[in-house]
Amino acid sequence: MQENALLEFVGVHAHYGPVEALKSVDVHIRTGEIVSLIGANGAGKTTLLSTIFGSPRATGGRILHRGEDISRLPTNRIARRGIALVPEGRQIYQDMSVEENIMMGTTPIGMEHFNEDRATMFELFPRLKERRNQMAGTMSGGEQQMLAIARAMMARPELILFDEPSLGLAPLVVKRVFEVLSEIAAMGKTIFLVEQNANHALKLSQRAYVMVNGHIHLSGESAALLDNEDVRKAYLGLH
Amino acid sequence: MDFYILAQQLINGITLGTIYGLIAVGYTMVYGVIRMINFAHGDVYMVSAYVAAIVLAVISFFGIQSVPFALISILIITCFVTAVYGWAIERVAYRPLRGSTKLAPLISAIGISLMLQSYVQIAQGARDQGVPILIQGALRFGGEEHFAQITYMQAIILIASLVAMGILTYVINHTRIGRQCRATQQNRQISAVLGVDTDRIISTVFVIGASTAAVGGTLVTFNYGSFNFFIGFVMGIKAFTAAVLGGIGSLPGAVLGGILLGLTEALFAGYVSTDYKDVFAFGLLIVLLFFRPYGLLGRPEIQKV
Repeated sequence: MQENALLEFVGVHAHYGPVEALKSVDVHIRTGEIVSLIGANGAGKTTLLSTIFGSPRATGGRILHRGEDISRLPTNRIARRGIALVPEGRQIYQDMSVEENIMMGTTPIGMEHFNEDRATMFELFPRLKERRNQMAGTMSGGEQQMLAIARAMMARPELILFDEPSLGLAPLVVKRVFEVLSEIAAMGKTIFLVEQNANHALKLSQRAYVMVNGHIHLSGESAALLDNEDVRKAYLGLH
Repeated sequence: MDFYILAQQLINGITLGTIYGLIAVGYTMVYGVIRMINFAHGDVYMVSAYVAAIVLAVISFFGIQSVPFALISILIITCFVTAVYGWAIERVAYRPLRGSTKLAPLISAIGISLMLQSYVQIAQGARDQGVPILIQGALRFGGEEHFAQITYMQAIILIASLVAMGILTYVINHTRIGRQCRATQQNRQISAVLGVDTDRIISTVFVIGASTAAVGGTLVTFNYGSFNFFIGFVMGIKAFTAAVLGGIGSLPGAVLGGILLGLTEALFAGYVSTDYKDVFAFGLLIVLLFFRPYGLLGRPEIQKV
């Protein structure tokens, strides 16, 4: 066990039917850190994030949040512990207005800080303010990504998990997403970032893990991994 | 006069249709959140008719004479009692089988349906039961020979249905619990991640469905005055048809489908034949589904991979 880890995976296994998707994974995230998890498509990155919310459930090992095992908790109880997810593919409520999507984000803490937090989000994402009464499904991919981030932030989480936030977005929008991530980090949030875009992820984060076939292949300071010969070849397309 | 015959069929059709709509709400909402049909829903409606009659008996026993008071309290109490049935059905027939195959809860719900019918048959008898018609009289339009009328009970059915639909629409669109219901319907997994207690939402939807069906059950009981343990079957199929016609999963669709079905039946019965009205109504459903497989207001289901 790591000292003062906010979230820690200790020997976590997970299965999809007979297929073992995670093979004894050890990962930890400390308060205030930006940690990224990179790896190829199908390496098990999203699975690792999903086990935090219990789908799939970890079939072995423990997931500790502030030292408490949360791997058996019902999904909705995780949000109340101050953990929020910006899921892969945005997964915003298409048939709700932007405003209602933002409202849904307050579920774990109630509407007490709603006006104040919404104002902060509208400041961070002016486009959302313009489109507040529009159906969320009619917005562009980048705008939907911003909405998914705003929705997660509304719960005032301590830890935010980002699952492939740059996936399917235009390069300029990707750049904006990563700017937003560092702004969020500057607000004092702890960030765990799962990304295929290794270059961006490693530049943003302080520490990183490299996942291959369901286990952690490499880990260390992001700057060091950026210079690592294997990583450069496999994930950055450089020589 | 043709005009009065038409007007009369329209009045009858819309009244009948709002009842279908009230019961269709239960099918459509439950389908919305769990993507399954509650096959015990018709019997929940049937149970509500008995509950309403029993509450009336209790109220009469206490010597309460005021008809409006009696009707309103019967409506409210019946809604509550029937809601408990809805809640229990979800707990017994659906929740333990969540995560099992899609067919398993279907079978357990049919089991509940048979159980409710048999239970009522044993406890209350197999014969038709009756309640006194509380409200008689009608509002007439037209002359002595040619006229159309709306009975006071029909007027009450329309008003009560409108109020029930109004309350429901408000709750779904403007309250926290309603927003959580819509969220769960759109994406159950992500709603749980955001902190929504989706199990509680599913229970809530069964409860809402059962109580709207109870509004329909109570109104029909005091309109026709007679009922038996088997009325849930036909009403269930009609209301299910209404839900499919309107687009299952869509709340306005359920109401629209109900009124359309009611109008079709009434018009066909009035102008062509009473015997074949159901054949015509279901035939229309088949034809409509050819052109709009997802119903009038429904949307194609996008299969997630």
